[in-house]
Amino acid sequence: MTDNQPSILTVQGISVSYGDETIIRDLSFSVAEGAVFVILGPNGAGKTTLLRALLGLIPYQGTVTWQTRNISYLPPQEFLQRQELPPLSIEEFFRFKTRDVDAVKRMFAEVGLDESLLQRPFGALSTGQFQRMLIAWALVNDPDVLLLDEPTAGIDVGGEETIYTLLNRYRQRKPLTILLVTHDLHVVWEYASVVLCLNRQQLCMGAPQEVLTPQQLQALYGTGVKYYEHHHR
Amino acid sequence: MSGKILLALILGGATGAVAGYLGSLMLSKRMALVGGALGHLTLPGIALALLYDFDVSIGAVLFLGFGMLLIWYLERVTRLHLEALTAVVFSTALATAFLFLPEEETDIALLGDVSRITVTTAVITVAIALGIFFMVRHIYSNLVLIGISSDLAGAQGLDLRWHNAVYLICIALTVALGVRIVGGLMTAALLAIPACTARNVSRNLGQYAAISGAAGGLSALAGILAHATISVPPGPSIILASGFLFLGSVYLKVRRERADRI
Repeated sequence: MTDNQPSILTVQGISVSYGDETIIRDLSFSVAEGAVFVILGPNGAGKTTLLRALLGLIPYQGTVTWQTRNISYLPPQEFLQRQELPPLSIEEFFRFKTRDVDAVKRMFAEVGLDESLLQRPFGALSTGQFQRMLIAWALVNDPDVLLLDEPTAGIDVGGEETIYTLLNRYRQRKPLTILLVTHDLHVVWEYASVVLCLNRQQLCMGAPQEVLTPQQLQALYGTGVKYYEHHHR
Repeated sequence: MSGKILLALILGGATGAVAGYLGSLMLSKRMALVGGALGHLTLPGIALALLYDFDVSIGAVLFLGFGMLLIWYLERVTRLHLEALTAVVFSTALATAFLFLPEEETDIALLGDVSRITVTTAVITVAIALGIFFMVRHIYSNLVLIGISSDLAGAQGLDLRWHNAVYLICIALTVALGVRIVGGLMTAALLAIPACTARNVSRNLGQYAAISGAAGGLSALAGILAHATISVPPGPSIILASGFLFLGSVYLKVRRERADRI
């Protein structure tokens, strides 16, 4: 990716409030096509709220302009109901999105899941399998943009590595812009092309190597953060 | 078989089937009891219909509409939970109904009545039931997706407000149809039991929706036949038939689980 890449998303002066409480104040940024744009911040910083506003799921002030309508979203696990559902098979869940069974099988292979799992009930997968299945669901119709909110929460380190590796592998074959919410600095160093530090307002934005200084991290998290910088990208 | 019973079977079968089908979407913690509350909301309307001799479903749907608007308004003003407000409004509606309900008509309002069905009523009921069925079928997958995650559905471009509004209207219309055959007290069962039955024996969504509708229709037919042959009230016999089907499904589930373990 270069600085000359056209923007796929432009955000100008976005603010979000819940009642009297301002969650995000006057945020402006743009995301270049093909970027891995990471939104970093502590709990309660407004990261999830920002993604929901970008998708038009909650009301906001300001303007959000997408250059594509082919957008996929993976909400955080707590926004997904896995129990108390009708007896839905995984295959039926994919049918909500596509009738192309071959594409579903290909995507299952891509995320390392056996296609026999398609017949399993929706709530019967392990957390790691479930998250990989959701990534397959998000990618099955070849989106231009994928928004992910803490996609590895509740997954062990091995599973976490697998998810980011498979997303990276997918990006090498197909153009995909990723907006990722995380508070995992390791992920930021490893994968981000741009990082937005958010704590209800923009604290920093740019390439991780340039903006993630110990001082910025202290300002972001309000406490000393131990980190090590990756130089092997 | 008399013409009246035949009409009752047609009307009851259509109502039971669509209630079962729609009820398959309501089998969640929040929605399971809403059908019952809405059934109670219809009672003042049924009371008025019996007093002034017009169709009970018309009275029911008028009061359902009024009650739902009231709940919606109170939720906005008080920010109390929907379930709490529904309980307040339906209890008040129940008390109001008993003030106006003529004593001799109480059984009809509470337990249902299939003795006054005309050809016009049956035709209109079947048409409405078919309309509800096709509308629900059209949005069924979307509603399941909304149940999984409203954010996931919203990001897919689904209009959540429209879907919820259509869903509620379908529930209200189904309850209004259902109160005629099972009365105002047992509409929750008309919606919930077939879904529970289907849940026990189905392995996927397609089977679940189909079995739920079939169980609802079959219970209504069996209940009305029992009413016609041994003169028991239609409402309780329909719900009992539904209960027996549920017990059958429990037996099948236990048997299947044992077989799976072997």
